[in-house]
Amino acid sequence: MRRYFLIAIPYVWLLALFLVPFAIVLKISLSDAAIARPPYFPQFDWAEGIAAFLAELDFENFVWLTEDDLYWKAYLSSLKIAVISTFFTLLAGYPIAYGMARAPAEWRPTLMMLVILPFWTSFLIRVYAWMGILSNEGFLNQFLMWTGVISEPLTILNTNSAVYIGIVYTYLPFMILPIYSALERLDGSLIEAAEDLGCSRLSAFWLVTVPLSKNGIIAGSFLVFIPVLGEFVIPSLLGGSDTLMIGKVLWEEFFSNRDWPVASAVAVVLLLLLVVPIVLFQRNQQKQQEAEQ
Amino acid sequence: MNRMSWFNAVSLTLGFAFLYIPMVILVIFSFNESKLVTVWAGFSTKWYGELLQNDAFLNAAWVTLKVAVFSSTLATVLGTIAAYVLVRGGRFMGRTLFSGMIYAPLVMPEVITGLSLLLLFIGIGLDRGVFTIVLAHTTFSMCYVSVVVSSRLVTFDRSLEEAALDLGCSASEAFRLVTLPIIAPAVISGWLLAFTLSLDDLVIASFTSGPSATTLPIKIFSAVRLGVSPEINALSTIMISIVTVGVITASLVTKHQVAKQKREEMEAVRS
Repeated sequence: MRRYFLIAIPYVWLLALFLVPFAIVLKISLSDAAIARPPYFPQFDWAEGIAAFLAELDFENFVWLTEDDLYWKAYLSSLKIAVISTFFTLLAGYPIAYGMARAPAEWRPTLMMLVILPFWTSFLIRVYAWMGILSNEGFLNQFLMWTGVISEPLTILNTNSAVYIGIVYTYLPFMILPIYSALERLDGSLIEAAEDLGCSRLSAFWLVTVPLSKNGIIAGSFLVFIPVLGEFVIPSLLGGSDTLMIGKVLWEEFFSNRDWPVASAVAVVLLLLLVVPIVLFQRNQQKQQEAEQ
Repeated sequence: MNRMSWFNAVSLTLGFAFLYIPMVILVIFSFNESKLVTVWAGFSTKWYGELLQNDAFLNAAWVTLKVAVFSSTLATVLGTIAAYVLVRGGRFMGRTLFSGMIYAPLVMPEVITGLSLLLLFIGIGLDRGVFTIVLAHTTFSMCYVSVVVSSRLVTFDRSLEEAALDLGCSASEAFRLVTLPIIAPAVISGWLLAFTLSLDDLVIASFTSGPSATTLPIKIFSAVRLGVSPEINALSTIMISIVTVGVITASLVTKHQVAKQKREEMEAVRS
């Protein structure tokens, strides 16, 4: 009896505050916008019965999403931004993880802490820090003009480049940590063996080190890709008006246009878009766990 | 080997410079005399003084702290129970759904979590304020707590609990006297994680807060949208220093504990 009580507490909590809200989103995405409070129709009414209620629902909002190219473009551009920034994060993160794994053992805990520290620092503040660096009279432009590389300030803030820089910066620890843990476990004698057998240092890296750290690379890439797809803060602070990302579109649809049914439909499609990478990620994690046992 | 270590040294230096220079600049310019954030005009702490007189920020900070304390404590209790049920509960109806609901919020985009909770609160006619933010934060952070705690529970030797039960403990005594002390570090780090997540959250709080409750991230976000300001730099510096001190203390404490444990084990082996 007590066991069921224990199970019930978190279970009911999650049902009520995670599953039910999501069912509401699904329902509203099938409703019509209305000028009322709350601004959608139909309202659920027990007196009319479930059949009459269901008959009022339709896929109009989803049809609307396919007809207006804003949404297509926003989904595609979120995917593009997520893919490109994951690639750059990997490019920046791998050498750092590699250097950490090759550093003297007594440095490693300190280096680890230095990677984790930004993760505990406010996300918003870390994004904000770049606003002062990338603006027209910002530090990057001041520095580049001082060194004489450029004579006119570059416009970086409020463009997609600023969004890429912001994403790489804030998500870098998520990429470094799984790759580092894969590289740290790597047996150094394998690389020595490859070199003894005639591999150059570079080909030993490509043929031995990279394949053996594959799991870390995959895990890190998903950890960056999945949250970036629904990112809101970075595109709205660093991006420009032409930076389309679906998280930002959802936010504006809800807070500025007050079109709840369309915002809900955007949320449902975003979730469908995420199902594939999430399932792939889960499978990769499971495979890794089985391999370890 | 020399060439490789040279390469490693460069990539580590560049990597950590990239991670830390933006924050260092932020901190330095919080002591700038000028209102213009990007031009140095001499040392001054006046922005900290203005911050202390800014009631809007102080109120928001107080709301944020309240929300974080309540939601992380509640999330730790719920998340620990959830982890215990998942790891030790055996089979029960709907276990798959339960573990799905624990893992799903970890990958759910914040905009969706926020939107769905807001629609729920409106649907049941709950007034939005501190209470609704606490509910929202508890829901997503209990999942993080439960992941942290269950990873500790999985590796822990179950025979210790069984021994306690054999020696006459009731199930709740065994949990309180044996299980809880062993998983305590994981529970504490779960609480810290939940606390930081709550302090940090902008998106979910924006959806679930009402006019009566503004959290610090919401306040910062609306100020920052208008551009860079030295007051925000000062605020950021305070927050960065708190986190830095916290993380360094936590890591020193763990290091000390690990060393102590090792010493005790060595002594036990010797005797």
